[in-house]
Order: sequence, then structure tokens, then C-alpha cells
Amino acid sequence: MTVYIIRRLLIALVVLILVTLIVFFVMRLLPGDPVLIYVAQTAEFEEMPQEKIEELRAEFGLDKHIMVQYANWVVGVFRGDLGTSIFYREDVGTLMLERFPITIHLGVLAFIVSAVLGVLAGMVAAVRRGKWLDRIVTPLTYVGLTIPVFLLGILLIYAFGVKLGWLPISGYTSPLDDFWLSTRQAIMPVFCLAIFGLAANARQMRSSMLEVTQQDYIRTAWSKGLRERVVVMRHMLKNSLIPVITLMGVSVAILFGGQILIERVFAIPGVGSLLVSSIFGQDYVVVQAITVIIAVIILLVNLVVDISYAWLDPRIRYG
Amino acid sequence: MVEKHTSEIAFSEAPVRVSEWRRFRRVFFERKLVTFGLVILLLMVIAAVFAPLLVPYDPYQPGKGESLLQPSTKHLLGTDLLGRDTLSRLIYGARTALMVGFISVFTSFFIGVPLGIIAGYFGGIINMVIMRAMDALMCFPMLLLALFLAAVLKDYFSGIWVVIIALSIAIIPGYARVTHGVTLSIKENDYIMAQRAMGSSNTRVMLGHILPNAFPPLIVLMTMQLGALILAEAGLSFLGIGIDPPGAAWGAMVYDGYRYLANHPVLWLAPGIAIALVVFAFNIVGDGLRDALDPRLRGLL
Repeated sequence: MTVYIIRRLLIALVVLILVTLIVFFVMRLLPGDPVLIYVAQTAEFEEMPQEKIEELRAEFGLDKHIMVQYANWVVGVFRGDLGTSIFYREDVGTLMLERFPITIHLGVLAFIVSAVLGVLAGMVAAVRRGKWLDRIVTPLTYVGLTIPVFLLGILLIYAFGVKLGWLPISGYTSPLDDFWLSTRQAIMPVFCLAIFGLAANARQMRSSMLEVTQQDYIRTAWSKGLRERVVVMRHMLKNSLIPVITLMGVSVAILFGGQILIERVFAIPGVGSLLVSSIFGQDYVVVQAITVIIAVIILLVNLVVDISYAWLDPRIRYG
Repeated sequence: MVEKHTSEIAFSEAPVRVSEWRRFRRVFFERKLVTFGLVILLLMVIAAVFAPLLVPYDPYQPGKGESLLQPSTKHLLGTDLLGRDTLSRLIYGARTALMVGFISVFTSFFIGVPLGIIAGYFGGIINMVIMRAMDALMCFPMLLLALFLAAVLKDYFSGIWVVIIALSIAIIPGYARVTHGVTLSIKENDYIMAQRAMGSSNTRVMLGHILPNAFPPLIVLMTMQLGALILAEAGLSFLGIGIDPPGAAWGAMVYDGYRYLANHPVLWLAPGIAIALVVFAFNIVGDGLRDALDPRLRGLL
């Protein structure tokens, strides 16, 4: 197990370096000299003499070799020094600390909803295979997998916000400020974010549960005269969870993707809406920071999933 | 002598064969839903190809009709703010969606498949470099990577091409991983060793013997990727990336219609349902293809 974890950590380190290389060099594809872009955006371009530009170049470390620049940037990222936003005139690290908690809050809620409800739905569909419950749940998972999140969001706003007037249609409030309002505002976005993962988990859970049902040890459990609850909960559930856990790792990436869209639909001031406005505002420092942070989060989630997977299934460790 | 001859014939006689194509057809059309999906895709392709002949009004020219008309017999799905017919724009939007989907799928196929074969076939350091690079690309959610690339590329390319390039890069790891897996399992077979003993070049083994084995999963993957790509394209155009006005993109139509949420639901509902139907169709046809081509792929793709 220790050997497996060490090997997995080394791979993660290599991937981490590649991720930062991708982000750094893609940003370098931007046309023009980074200093000139900076200068043009600070609107002092006209009166800036050549020596001043050279001075700035030295200040930003842009006169050094490109790999040195890369190393400086990576070290800065890990120390929380992400540069200064041109649009917000603010340290990007501070900006991230304002925006990320919002995205993470909704994301974690959606993740929990999709994990718990997805596993439950898949389990029920498998145990009652072919019965009316299965015939409702399984087609619904198809809908969940294919409906565009932004369409679902607009549909919900139309139905529950505009026509019925039950829920507020947009905005975000921290649960620490006003828990009741925060929950009411979070219901629709969290449901939209959770729906894909919920459907995917339910399908995977159903099929892996059906596979486990045919195993010999389940027949043994039944023939021992155990009650249905014990067979399902103790013997089937644990064994069929393994592939679902891998899927949950993958669905974190999809969750972040969905959040970019959902934050726009519900006007939530999270990272996603910041990313989109920064792209249109050409605030590349912010774009770079958000991209690298999300990629690192996903890398870490997958690392945890891989390790827990090996812990659950010894065959992986020795593979 | 004569006896031996007949027994030889009996021995080499093949059992009654059900043709591969007939088996494929039977499994593929077994589910009614797959036929439904196929019909949707067919309608979409027809709409995209014959768009100029099918549209009742010019989809681009503003001011042809009145602004924001409700659906009527004259304008089946009403008109938008600029008086453009929603149905006509919807039909032209099918062009955009299919163009982005097909070009991206084939581009990343031709990049991802060779990468996967080379990594799996040669192993060692090449394998390490290629597959870890794919892992790194997988760390970016498709939409995030597309937005990130679009931000940088929008000065080099115009509108829709930014989306095509960004999405092509985003889905390369899928092809590389599938091909890599197939290559690893095929290259251990005896017939590959025999082929190499006969002096076949590496290229010949890879193209002639390993690649054909990768085709069934790749065809399924391509079908499913098309659905995911159209969804991503809709998401990007919803965010305002990669639109060349006055071009019609379904995601952008949903976003424009969103402003008339309560009074003109058809403006956002029609393109939204179009996206959902097409994505659903690609997924269900992909499912059917998987079951018909190779049921063992269930759970893997």
C-alpha cells in the first residue's frame, strides 16, 4: 500500500508540473509583449519612454530566460502570489479568496446531493429491477445526462421563480449571513449542478449492483436466510460502490464546468462568472490563476480517489 | 480414397453463418429508442445540409418581420428582437452545431489515436511522456480548457474556429486513452509477434493490425463525443464565446431568449430543446452502437 501511494504521488507530481507548464506556455501564446500589454492596459502607454519599458521588463522578471520565468511563476503560485488583476486593481490571491468559497460551497452541496441521491436511486432501481420504480428512475437518468444545465436552470427559474414565485431567481448570500435566504437561493443552482452527477452515479450504481447480485457470495447470503435489508446494505452496497467512487472523481471536473454556466444563469458572483468576465475584459492574470487553481483541485481529487480506490480494492494495489 | 475426400469436405465445411451485418442490425434496432435517436440525427443532418432551401425566412437579415412576435402560422416559432424568424435561425443553428461537432471529432481523432498507439506500442519513456501529458489535459474540465484556450486564441482565429480548436484539444485524451488501452492488450498477442518475426515494420503492425482492433470502441467514443461537443459548443456560445454575428448558434439563442424569460418562452425553449434532443440522440445511438458492435464495452464507454 505504501509503495502504491508513493508511486501514485510521484505520478501526480509529474502531472502537476505538466499542468503548470501547459498553463504557463499557453498564456505565452498571447500575441505581443506581456509588458506592452500591461502598459497599454494601464493607459500610460503614450508617455512611456523605452527605458521605462525596459525597467518594467526587469521588474516583472521578463528579461530572464523563459524557464526561469516559469520557475518564478510556479513558486509564486504556491506561495499564493498570483499577480495583480488589471481590472479589479486588486491582488489576485485576495480576489480568489473572495470568489472561491462561493463556488466551493455550492459545489460541495451539489456533490453531496449527487452522491447520496445517485447511489440511493441506483440501488433502488437495481433491487426493484423491472418494477415501476426502476422504469421511472432509469429513463430519468438519461434525461439527467443529456439536458444542458443552463436550459434546466432557466426552466427552473421560469417554473419556480417566475410562475410559482416560490424561490428567489438569482443571487447568492453567504449561509453565515442569512442561513434561510442562502438555502432558498441555493436550492435551484445546486439541483442543476447535481443533476448530471446524480444521473451518472445512479446508472453506474444500478449496473454494478446488478453485477454484484449474480455473485456467489450474495446467493450464500440469501440462503443463510438473511433479511433483504442486511443482504443489500451489508453485502451488495459496499462491493458495488467501488466503480461509483471512480465516477465521482470524474464528476468533480464536470461539476466545475457546469458551475461556469450555472453562475451565469443565476447571477452568482463565484469563480465561474469571474472567469467569463475576465476573458471578455482581457484580464489574463485572473484567467491564468483560476485555470491553474481548478486544475490543481481536480488533480488532488483524482489522487484521493485513486488512493481510496486501492484501499477499497486490494487488486488495484498489486496490479 | 473417395471416403477420405468427402470427410475432408465435411470437416472444412463452415457452420451456418449469421452475417455480421445482420447481427449488428438486429441488436442495433432492438431498442425503439435507438431508432428514435437515429431519426432525430437524420432530421438534423437534413436540416443542416439543405438549410437554405428549408428556411421560410432569411435567418440573418434583421427587420424582415416584426420584432418579438408570438408563434403564429406565419412565424411558427415567433421572431426575435430584430424581427428574425426563430425557426429559420434554429435550422441554421443545426449547421453550426454539426460543423463544430464533426470537425472537432475528426481533428482530435487524427491527433489522439496516433498518440495512443505510439504510447502503447513503444512503451517506456515515450509512453510515460504521452500518457502523463494526457493526464495533465484531463485535469482541466472541458469547458474550462475551452474557455482558457479561447481567451488566448481569439486574437489569432475568428469566432467559430476558436471553439473548434479549443474543443478539439480538450477531447484528445479520450481517444489517446482508448487507443492506448487497446494497443496494450493487442500487442501481446501471438499474431503480432508472428508479424514482426516476418519482418513487418512497426508502422505496418500499428496501422494494419492494432488500429483495426481499436475501431469498434473508437466509433462508439466518437458518437458519444459528438453529443458532448455539441453540448459544450452550446455552453460556450451561451457564455458568448465563438459567435460570429449574425451567425446562429443554439446556445447564444438560449442566452438571447433568456432576457424575455416570462413573455416569450419560445425564444429560449426552442433552441434549448433542440440542444437537449440532439445530445440525447447522439448518446442513445452511441449506446446502441456499443451494444451492437461489442457488448463487452459496457461500463467502459
